[in-house]
Amino acid sequence: MIPEIGHIALITAFVVALLQCGLSLWGAHTQQVRLMAIAKPAAFAHFLMILLAFACLISAFMNNDFSVLNVAENSNASLPMIYRICASWGSHEGSILLWALMLSGWGLAVACFSKNLPSYVLARTLGVMGFISSGTLLFTIATSNPFLRILPAALNGRDLNPLLQDPGMIIHPPMLYMGYVGTSVVFSLAIAALLSGKLDSSWARWSRPWITTAWCFLTLGIALGSAWAYYELGWGGWWFWDPVENASFIPWLLGTALIHSLAVTEKRGGFKMWTALLAILTFSMSLLGTFLVRSGVITSVHAFATDPTRGIFILVFLAILIGGSLTLFALRAPRASVGESFDTVSRDSMLLANNILLLVAAFTVLLGTLYPLILDALGLGKISVGQPYFNAVFIPLMAPALFLMGVGPITKWRSVKPIELATQLRWALAITVITSIISALTMRSWTASIGFGLLIASWIVVSTINNLIARLRLHPQGFFTGFKIQTMSYFGMVIAHLGVAVFVFGVTMVTGFEEEKDLRMQAGSTSELAGYQLRFDGVKEVSGSNYTAAQGQITISKNGQVLTIMQPEKRKYFSSEMLMTEAAIYSKVSGDIYISMAEPVSMTEWGVKVQYKPFVSWIWAGAFLIALGGFFAILDKKYRSKPLSLVKEAS
Amino acid sequence: MKRFLPLIIFACLCVFLVIGLQLNPKEIPSPLIGKSAPQFTQPILDQVNQEFSPEQMRGKVWLLNVWASWCFSCRAEHPLLNELAKQQTIPIIGLNYKDQDDAAKEWLAKMGNPYQLSVIDRSGNVGINYGVYGVPETFLINSQGVIVHKFTGPLTPALIQKELLPMLAKLKQSI
Repeated sequence: MIPEIGHIALITAFVVALLQCGLSLWGAHTQQVRLMAIAKPAAFAHFLMILLAFACLISAFMNNDFSVLNVAENSNASLPMIYRICASWGSHEGSILLWALMLSGWGLAVACFSKNLPSYVLARTLGVMGFISSGTLLFTIATSNPFLRILPAALNGRDLNPLLQDPGMIIHPPMLYMGYVGTSVVFSLAIAALLSGKLDSSWARWSRPWITTAWCFLTLGIALGSAWAYYELGWGGWWFWDPVENASFIPWLLGTALIHSLAVTEKRGGFKMWTALLAILTFSMSLLGTFLVRSGVITSVHAFATDPTRGIFILVFLAILIGGSLTLFALRAPRASVGESFDTVSRDSMLLANNILLLVAAFTVLLGTLYPLILDALGLGKISVGQPYFNAVFIPLMAPALFLMGVGPITKWRSVKPIELATQLRWALAITVITSIISALTMRSWTASIGFGLLIASWIVVSTINNLIARLRLHPQGFFTGFKIQTMSYFGMVIAHLGVAVFVFGVTMVTGFEEEKDLRMQAGSTSELAGYQLRFDGVKEVSGSNYTAAQGQITISKNGQVLTIMQPEKRKYFSSEMLMTEAAIYSKVSGDIYISMAEPVSMTEWGVKVQYKPFVSWIWAGAFLIALGGFFAILDKKYRSKPLSLVKEAS
Repeated sequence: MKRFLPLIIFACLCVFLVIGLQLNPKEIPSPLIGKSAPQFTQPILDQVNQEFSPEQMRGKVWLLNVWASWCFSCRAEHPLLNELAKQQTIPIIGLNYKDQDDAAKEWLAKMGNPYQLSVIDRSGNVGINYGVYGVPETFLINSQGVIVHKFTGPLTPALIQKELLPMLAKLKQSI
């Protein structure tokens, strides 16, 4: 019964979404206040219906209702409760429903936090979101219904993919989806602005907190995904340039560009067309990412069940939505959108450079992801594009952007004398160069790329702090007053930029100094890695609720002092007979020891892979700081105060 | 015109995506095609102290089928292999990949044994040399010991009718 309620709720949600789209867009077009007023309650009802459907799905999973196909295929009676709940979004059907739930959740948030929005903007924004949602819901109902029954019911389920049975899996997809779907808000705002022909600074001010919030979720989602791959895949990599990873990284790059160009649009009225285009592209890439992952046009380590009819459906939806919005953009974007003019050396030009670099980077990643598909479509053979391509094109593109990160924030809007800029930066430059020279002299196995990475990281840190101190000290009423009057957005920027430096440092150290050994070990064998002593004490048989495992016992000591016992496992899950490597990680701020069990080589010996990953956790710490910076920016008071025009009207 | 550029790029992208949907990315040609089958000498399942190497098949056209008792899709293709063996279409050598001997023997006893013999590859080293990335996989090897074709994933009646048999006919003609 419960799955049927879920099914009905889904259909109701679809109808409500259609009404939300049609009535509010028509109302805004014909300026009928009563029609426009429907947008808000519709968004509310629409969210509740999808929430109900999702709750029904979770309950089917919790109660082991194996008469539901989706449950039978993705769960198992022996699966722990928490993973049964997570399994509801571990499958294709469930994850699409989660997508729809989040989309309606963002719609609800727009409806709730829209006091500053004129009613016609609100109606159009919610109308566009209703359109996106109705497409998603139709897709769910027609091709990926999570509530389909099987007769007779299965006795037990096939089980959730063991790779997904991990705490990271509980929060990674919802975070990532929040980010993906959140970009639909700025998209809808941009479409609403294009429809009403008003691309102005108030549009930019409304958009900023929304894209920043979505971007924070996206940042955290990507970081969690990377951490999950590191912990769970068992080979110690943290980024693979896998198509599915790229699909989340492209919108992140575009979102980053959008955040920066919105600053120009809001403060200086410039880059309007550009900003609108970026808003459209960011969401388009999120959708395209969904298409790539869900249609099976490209192969990936994320082996989802794929189905060509789903691919065609999403493609048609993409063509209508993206094609339609780009057509609207081409027809309605303001003819002459030049804001105030600016010089070659100015904050405007720095941000323009940042935007171009990020956009080009996003497209090189997109090209690398689609290149195998394009060649195959042209009949030119099958190839795969991997790490070498991405590293070769991506790093050179990012390097100047990272350099500008130090210069941009201290540059004045419109125009600044290069000599003035140089004077401000002379200390930062000097300190950076000195640190780099010291590091080159003191580090063993120093290479040019390590030196370059460290140079960039220290440059960002020193110039950002330099800028912070200068801002505080220059204030006439002293240091502390200077501190108090800085906006939250400014602190957000400082934190996010420092986060980038921490990230770059982590990446440089880990790629430059990681060590790796493949060992044959039997009880009593010892080895050394990065100054630690390892002793293998044999293998124990252990069992979990739905698997058995061979668990290696490895004692780690340094200078004769025992630090910890690491227990990497080779797990065998009952239901799928799949062998899984569960790595053991001994984590410190200065680096991780990462041990995974390979195969038994003889009766007494095991193959063991031991790795040392210096400063690897800094990569995720950096990403966390970047997201934290974003959250600071959202807290800025200016987004909650009334827009200037309304204040004027009131006075 | 400039403002239509994003739309035009997107339209081109869509064309490729439509074509891409018709293609199967899982169909991956092996770099080993046209090259000599990698050599190995491995023990044979159920035949104590006997070893097999591809050299022994020289002069014959044969199939090397990678299978394992833990492999679910192998069950799907197994009746087809049995049929091929019964018709004596082509000699089939099994490569028992990362398996346990007892489980493998039991599986063959239950499902039927289409193989002239099965080579034991418990460590998966032979598999690595053959670029095996999923079980089942099937290699068609000609009389000079050169790999002619590789089937990734389970064989199907359609694959056998439309690809394997025509290739086989051609190879037999050329001898």
